Amino acid sequence: MQHKRLMNTTSPTFDEMFTADGGIRPAYAGYNEWLEVQDQHWMTHKGAEAEAFFRRTGITFNVYGEQDAEERLIPFDMVPRIITGAEWRKLSRGIEQRVRAINALIHDLYHRQEIIRSGRLPERLFRDNDAWLPEMVGFTPPGGVYTHIVGIDLVRTGADEFMVLEDNARTPSGVSYMLENRETMMAMFPELFTKMRVRPVSDYPRRLAKSLAACAPDCASRRPVVAVLTPGVYNSAYFEHAFLADQMGAELIEGSDLHVENGRVCMRTTRGYQPVDVIYRRIDDDFLDPLSFNPSSLLGVPGIMDVYRAGRVTIANAPGAGVADDKAIYSFMPEIVEFYTGEKPLLPNVPTWRCAEKDSLAYVLDHLEELVVKEVHGSGGYGMLIGPTSSKREIRAFRRKLEAKPENYIAQPTLALSTVPIFTRKGLAPRHVDLRPFVLVSPKGIEITPGGLTRVAMKKGSLVVNSSQGGGTKDSWVLDD
Amino acid sequence: MLGRTANSIFWMCRYLERAENTARLLDAGFRMSLTRASDAASEEWRSVIVTLGQLEHYDSLYDGYSGPQVCNYVLRDRENPSSVLSMFEMARTNARVARSSLTMEVWEAVNEGWMTLKDILARPVRESNLGTVLSAIRRESTLFRGATYGTMLRNDIYHFARAGTFIERADNTARILDVKYHLLLPSLSYVGSSLDSSQWDQVLRSLAGDRVYSWLNAGQMDPRGIAEFLILDWRFPRSLAFSYEQLRQQLAELALEYGQESDVHVLIGNTAHWLSERTIDSIFETGLHEFLIDFIDRNQAVANAIAEDYRFIA
Repeated sequence: MQHKRLMNTTSPTFDEMFTADGGIRPAYAGYNEWLEVQDQHWMTHKGAEAEAFFRRTGITFNVYGEQDAEERLIPFDMVPRIITGAEWRKLSRGIEQRVRAINALIHDLYHRQEIIRSGRLPERLFRDNDAWLPEMVGFTPPGGVYTHIVGIDLVRTGADEFMVLEDNARTPSGVSYMLENRETMMAMFPELFTKMRVRPVSDYPRRLAKSLAACAPDCASRRPVVAVLTPGVYNSAYFEHAFLADQMGAELIEGSDLHVENGRVCMRTTRGYQPVDVIYRRIDDDFLDPLSFNPSSLLGVPGIMDVYRAGRVTIANAPGAGVADDKAIYSFMPEIVEFYTGEKPLLPNVPTWRCAEKDSLAYVLDHLEELVVKEVHGSGGYGMLIGPTSSKREIRAFRRKLEAKPENYIAQPTLALSTVPIFTRKGLAPRHVDLRPFVLVSPKGIEITPGGLTRVAMKKGSLVVNSSQGGGTKDSWVLDD
Repeated sequence: MLGRTANSIFWMCRYLERAENTARLLDAGFRMSLTRASDAASEEWRSVIVTLGQLEHYDSLYDGYSGPQVCNYVLRDRENPSSVLSMFEMARTNARVARSSLTMEVWEAVNEGWMTLKDILARPVRESNLGTVLSAIRRESTLFRGATYGTMLRNDIYHFARAGTFIERADNTARILDVKYHLLLPSLSYVGSSLDSSQWDQVLRSLAGDRVYSWLNAGQMDPRGIAEFLILDWRFPRSLAFSYEQLRQQLAELALEYGQESDVHVLIGNTAHWLSERTIDSIFETGLHEFLIDFIDRNQAVANAIAEDYRFIA
């Protein structure tokens, strides 16, 4: 049966499944063939099944400031986001190049600062940056790795146009959704996976465990003890922390389980205190060590930074790695990639105006109605202005904030983000998407899991894909072709 | 494993066991109230609150002891931190904390149990649906037990889980027995006198032992026999003797796994030995109440020693 399509054929937006004249793009040919013989009611029923499955297994996230809906589901859409093998090979080369540059940048910023001396990066960018940690100056983490896990947010605007929207060098989240979405799709539509060759993602936790173990300090035992450090059960991403610990066979620890003993970080087990070699922390730098940073933190471990600096524990990602995922630094990424790799960047940035620069600011102030303006240190879709969808009053209010502290902002054109259809009761309807591939870095190399997390704005026309603001997710396929 | 995780698993099991026993107690009270005139019925409902040790708190909130009021207080009242619903909630929170140490089936049993009860208990409970609610609680507890028994590796995680269950069960059985004996037998001279057998039926019913006891004793109700059954019969899974034998075994296996015993093993050995030396005659000689209070204290000491020896808390 032909599913009804609620597509807007006059829109300039690139839809990844359908061409403007209603044809099917190659990536989706196999899927569409299957979909056309599925019954609409049966598909609707499957959708309800998926939600029940997520509730039962507890794949939820907590929303801050919402008492009643303490745990919410991220909406899941059944139509996969499909990328061809050729597209992916190109993307992954670009991602790898970028991640290598990011690691080199962080190392350089905490050592000789060649890039500043060469005049390609203004010093204020990291001096004013909250993520800059003087404690890291002159110190090299075990294996020389700063960003053990990176999430590179990509957007697409055309058949061959992928761009990096954001680099996540601190603690990118969402990988559990990538894994669970695939599990769910395989449970719901097994026949699809026998029909199509989709590259698997399920070995991510094993690769993560191996990658982290490869970054263990010299004093580690032959089988390094890896643990996941969580702020606790009330954190919005707690499910993911527990999920990853479980899948890696690692302990899920909280600050209160740890203390420093004989120059090592040790966890309190039922058999006494045992040293931990690698800590995959899911808490911010600020909370890591009350002795070095935020003294009122109850989440961290007093003295952990001393052990770290003595090279007797690995913290992933490295404290201070956040200097590289600042939005102001982002605007320099093309120069940064070229500086450290000697190559032209394979993946372009989204054009970005730095409001700290006078000419850019003037342009941005003149074009607020058509731009997206973001806080340099903001995340999660908060504190930003989307010009085209904002009221005159909102724009006026934002203008005042921007004029008061221009260096706090960057601006980008409102992109025509690509769409992928979602399944609705009325038929297939296009929604904007982005993609966050997950990258693992160790001294043994860089590994990129094929696919990643596709976030989708569930509301018609919306460009905000963040789960904290009602965005959903899709299973992301890379075809083995 | 982490001490904190062991603590969470231990308490997850304690809360679930307590929730189940609370539901059974309520069920027994419900049956009694059906066979009574309204005055006596409200006395039955009051005794449920007394047995749960919540009389003071209940009285501070409500007047009188009507069935629906007591049931709602015990099952779902937001003001009651020990309601069955909040116990399931605490069990689930503990399960979330220890999630990476539980099998998928066990986690789902706890999570779904909580979801089911949250749903059923979203509206006030009426007498007409009380039966459904109580059997749902029993069913969810049974599912959890089955998942635990059927899927968990027999390692330290399992031993801590079972230890929590039996510490709680021994405590609950002792308390129910203590209160009921107090209420039913104001003085020891009553022992052996013919009393309302339905009262004894209630005691047994609240410990899921009514059918078994009747079967063993050809329907004869004898207070002394019932006490003996609930305290000393090692075949009955809710007796003190059974609970302690299980507890001793779990801790022994833990010592085997860890390659060493600790203080708690001495303590459990002592308590188990002390219990096995009792006869029902010697118990009534000391006084049943004195015996049960002594037991509850010893049991508490064992629970504390487990927490201490295995570093539940920093």
